[in-house]
Amino acid sequence: MSVLAALRTQNAVKIRRGLTLPVLLLIFWEAASRSGLVDARFLPSLEDVFLTAKRELVDNNLFGELAASLFRNIAGFVIGSAIGVVFATLLALSRWADALATPSFNGFKQISLLAWIPLISIWFGFGEQAKIVFVAIAAFIPVVLNTYEGMRNVPGDLIEVGRALKFTPVQRVTRIFLPAAMPSIATGVHLGLIYSWLATVGAEYFLAVGPGIGGLIIAGRERFDMALVMVGVIILGLVGFLLNRLAAAGEAYLLRWRVTAH
Amino acid sequence: MTSPAHLKIRNVTRRFNVNGTALTALDDVSLDIKAGEFVTIVGASGCGKSTLLRLGAGLDVEHDGVIEHGGRRVDGPSLDRGIVFQEPRLFPWLTVERNVSLGLENAAFSKAEKRELVSEQIALVGLSGFEKAYPHQLSGGMAQRAGIARGLVNRPDVLFLDEPFGALDAITKARLQGELQQIWAAEKITMVLVTHDVDEAVYLGDRVVIMSPRPGRIRQIVPVDLPHPRERTSPELAAIRNGVLDILNGTTGEAPKPVTRPSAARRPAASANPIHAAHRTKPARPAFSTTEI
Repeated sequence: MSVLAALRTQNAVKIRRGLTLPVLLLIFWEAASRSGLVDARFLPSLEDVFLTAKRELVDNNLFGELAASLFRNIAGFVIGSAIGVVFATLLALSRWADALATPSFNGFKQISLLAWIPLISIWFGFGEQAKIVFVAIAAFIPVVLNTYEGMRNVPGDLIEVGRALKFTPVQRVTRIFLPAAMPSIATGVHLGLIYSWLATVGAEYFLAVGPGIGGLIIAGRERFDMALVMVGVIILGLVGFLLNRLAAAGEAYLLRWRVTAH
Repeated sequence: MTSPAHLKIRNVTRRFNVNGTALTALDDVSLDIKAGEFVTIVGASGCGKSTLLRLGAGLDVEHDGVIEHGGRRVDGPSLDRGIVFQEPRLFPWLTVERNVSLGLENAAFSKAEKRELVSEQIALVGLSGFEKAYPHQLSGGMAQRAGIARGLVNRPDVLFLDEPFGALDAITKARLQGELQQIWAAEKITMVLVTHDVDEAVYLGDRVVIMSPRPGRIRQIVPVDLPHPRERTSPELAAIRNGVLDILNGTTGEAPKPVTRPSAARRPAASANPIHAAHRTKPARPAFSTTEI
């Protein structure tokens, strides 16, 4: 009981410490804009931001914008990471595919994502499709890198057990390679989720304006409504934070067979 | 010649290529093993005993000579030949139950039969209650029990064991040796066990195959004509053990002399293997393993 209580307080202390800096920043922000230290047009007051958020939520379709962004993010993420896992598995398990494609992939991954935007927009248009492709590429790269790494490090001992038990090639992949590489794959997918959220905003900035949080921020800039920009930025941060927590929880569940390390 | 051996190893030579030079791990080894026999193979490091085991199990097929099991050439692993490694080699992402059932993955049983066989096997190795545990939650001895269960669950014709108790503490080791003997007596599976522990070899084996290193050859085969289960402390067993140790001494010239009453002071320090030598100088070494070479 006392251990549990201690844990709870330890956790509480951790959360308190984590919140200290954001709260101080908020106070500084509020003080700066109230005292006239900075121009309220450049840095709106907290109250302004709050009222704008309320206005967007009630009068406009803030949830719709958020849903549009999230849909793009998830669609691109799922496509990119699924293709990534399959592609990396192929590279890691086939010497032939490895020799053929790995050098090209290593070159490909060095190219800035943003450099693809003109090509993507020519090939896939300016609509939803192009944005999803862009997000998918962002998720694809970390998933491939980590899955490949994980598959390459599967212990030979376990592969030999599979040999002794007459595993078929399919069983070898599903029973040994995929689960043994799961910690690495999870890391890749986790990174892919973060990258794809960043890329979602990028796609909304650089490809044609449509519904979405990125579009909201662009609208704020064009109307010189910094409060609206701030609302967008805060939402991006919060969603990113939540996605990260979600991924960590999923990872912990999938890898519950591992020795718990603190 | 008249009664076909269950497992037939004839004139088997295995060479490895180490940095461009050919190394003979096994040199013209022949050994016949009868069905239901418990054969132990003992020898110093580098005598090729593990190589021989891997060849028998079909994990390694690059050899000269003939290896036959039940009259058929061994050209790869088979579900009729189970294997237990020195490390348990459990899949860390599977529970004990699921790890054991890997042994039945490709066996022709129904799902219900498999479930029953797995739980029977887990009970047999004394892991009941730990079905849902993950490998990292098990002790070394428990993990090795699960490894043995995985090798046995399919009821292979032959079970190959590669120093299965080598990494365990003396007490767990003794207990698992007893349990393995019971399983063998109950199931009548042919067992081939490689070890560097002479006590273990004579306690378990119907015959003890003594190998000499560089190149790996069979030096002598010593029958142990004592009924199972055996008394560890019986004078007959001790006499056979001392005989085996004498022969082993001849194989390297450096193996320890038999010690009837283990004491740190009388333990010889020199050994062919620096690791063993390092162990031997430790006074805290459990008395059980004084005859390990």
